[in-house]
Amino acid sequence: MKAATSPAAIAAPRQSGPGLLNRLQPVTYPLAGIAVMLFVWWLGGEYIASNPDTMIFASFAPGPTFVALWNMLGQASLWDAIGASLYRIGAGLFWGCLLGVPLGILVGYFTTARQMANVPFQFLRMVSPLAWMPLAVMIFDSWNGAIVFLILMASLWPILFSTAHGVKRIDPGWFKVARNLGASGPQMLRRIILPAVMMDMMAGIRLAVGVAWVVLVPAEYLGVTSGLGYAINDARDTLDYSALAAVVLVIGVIGYALDGLCGMLMRRFNWQLEG
Amino acid sequence: MGASISLDGISHRYKPGASTVLEGIENQIGSGECAVLIGRSGCGKSTLLHMMAGLLLPSEGCVRINGRQVVRPSAKWNMMFQKPSLYPWMNVRQNVGLGLEFAGTGKAEVRDKVDQLLDLVGLADSSTVNVQSLSGGQQQRVALARSLATHPDVLLLDEPFSALDAFTRASLQQEVTAICRARGITLVTVTHDIDEAILMADRVLIMTRNPGRIENEMAVPLPWPRDTASSSFQGHRRALMDQFEQSDGVTPLPEPESDRVRFRRVSNG
Repeated sequence: MKAATSPAAIAAPRQSGPGLLNRLQPVTYPLAGIAVMLFVWWLGGEYIASNPDTMIFASFAPGPTFVALWNMLGQASLWDAIGASLYRIGAGLFWGCLLGVPLGILVGYFTTARQMANVPFQFLRMVSPLAWMPLAVMIFDSWNGAIVFLILMASLWPILFSTAHGVKRIDPGWFKVARNLGASGPQMLRRIILPAVMMDMMAGIRLAVGVAWVVLVPAEYLGVTSGLGYAINDARDTLDYSALAAVVLVIGVIGYALDGLCGMLMRRFNWQLEG
Repeated sequence: MGASISLDGISHRYKPGASTVLEGIENQIGSGECAVLIGRSGCGKSTLLHMMAGLLLPSEGCVRINGRQVVRPSAKWNMMFQKPSLYPWMNVRQNVGLGLEFAGTGKAEVRDKVDQLLDLVGLADSSTVNVQSLSGGQQQRVALARSLATHPDVLLLDEPFSALDAFTRASLQQEVTAICRARGITLVTVTHDIDEAILMADRVLIMTRNPGRIENEMAVPLPWPRDTASSSFQGHRRALMDQFEQSDGVTPLPEPESDRVRFRRVSNG
């Protein structure tokens, strides 16, 4: 038998008002995610500490790691390592943009250039940046130069392909109108092409930052005596596992911050009207 | 001021060996005249307009503006397209002033001219608005102001009102014609809308396809601004319709004798 439905029973679901809980929603879920991650980390640390075969690595646990991090924050060596790594990332990305953006525009704009470049670029893109390590060591007379080269090889392709993709998508009407209004080549580049592809370019740079930051640590295992990769290697050699875990934490935080910065820049250069 | 356009023996193929898109186009458009190119889709009217704008070079023959061969685009013979193609990273003011900026005009002069033009097209209050938030009609007004900013001698319209609603289209048809007539700009409009042709033309050039030719032309000696409801407008409309159908090989419907308007056949070559 069908149950009688009273007006109260079919009342609309309660609308969530603009309460404190709603205002906190943007931070509550990320905080919950961080809490889960810390819990899993703590659980892993407890397991490692409880096993006689692995207890030597117990200082990987959150407690010792945060203590080590606190101590390292007061030491110049951590900041020097961060500075050295950021310099290498910056230099590699600079060269990546300097080569990637013009090449991307060239490949995106001219069909012939695209057809010529497609096979070589796709082939080179598939080579791991770290595979260039022996060649980089031979070509550059400093370890620093070699690492910057590896970062360049990691960041070049995302920037180049994103830029080329952006140029290919440009509304042909924009070119027609600009030519019709008497735009010269440099004016077309500066006022039409670059603003039009800015979002794709920034998306490429964001991807490049991610790849470059991942490649940086193994690249700094090369002969250098500075940088976060070197700090990890050094901690491993001195069996200072809490310091090692602290450096990993620093790498993660900086990587996250760099990605956030790129996201901010993407929003800054986004000319599409939202909504 | 306006400029005369001369279409001298234009024939065109997009590729060698491909079918002929345009053949034996010969015509003269006088300075300050409002000419309309009308024809079915694929008859090459947009191709011909692109040639007048210098965006495409004919395989044979040439376009001359004031006697000089058109070999490249110029802000002096400006084209408006079906899509306004505004730059979304620029606001209304920046879009309108772009041609002047390309020409190296000083900032103060650009500001003054853009102000005048925005006033002319009824967007004086929207100068700093993002163009993406404008309606289709407002966007075409911005495109019109942008085209007028460089003081063109010739304005070429490639069905710029076809995507607009009927009310906006009607007001823009009248406004553009009035502005061009007031400034002495030679206006060439491509359309397949019979009403638009009669509303905007001193002379209608009727094109046929396979290959594209100017088959006939019809003068429209109606007073400005034109009243679409008037009997003379309707008479010209019917005459153009007949002419259009005859050019296309279709027998026109019989019509009242009083409304008949004469047209003449154009000799091609």
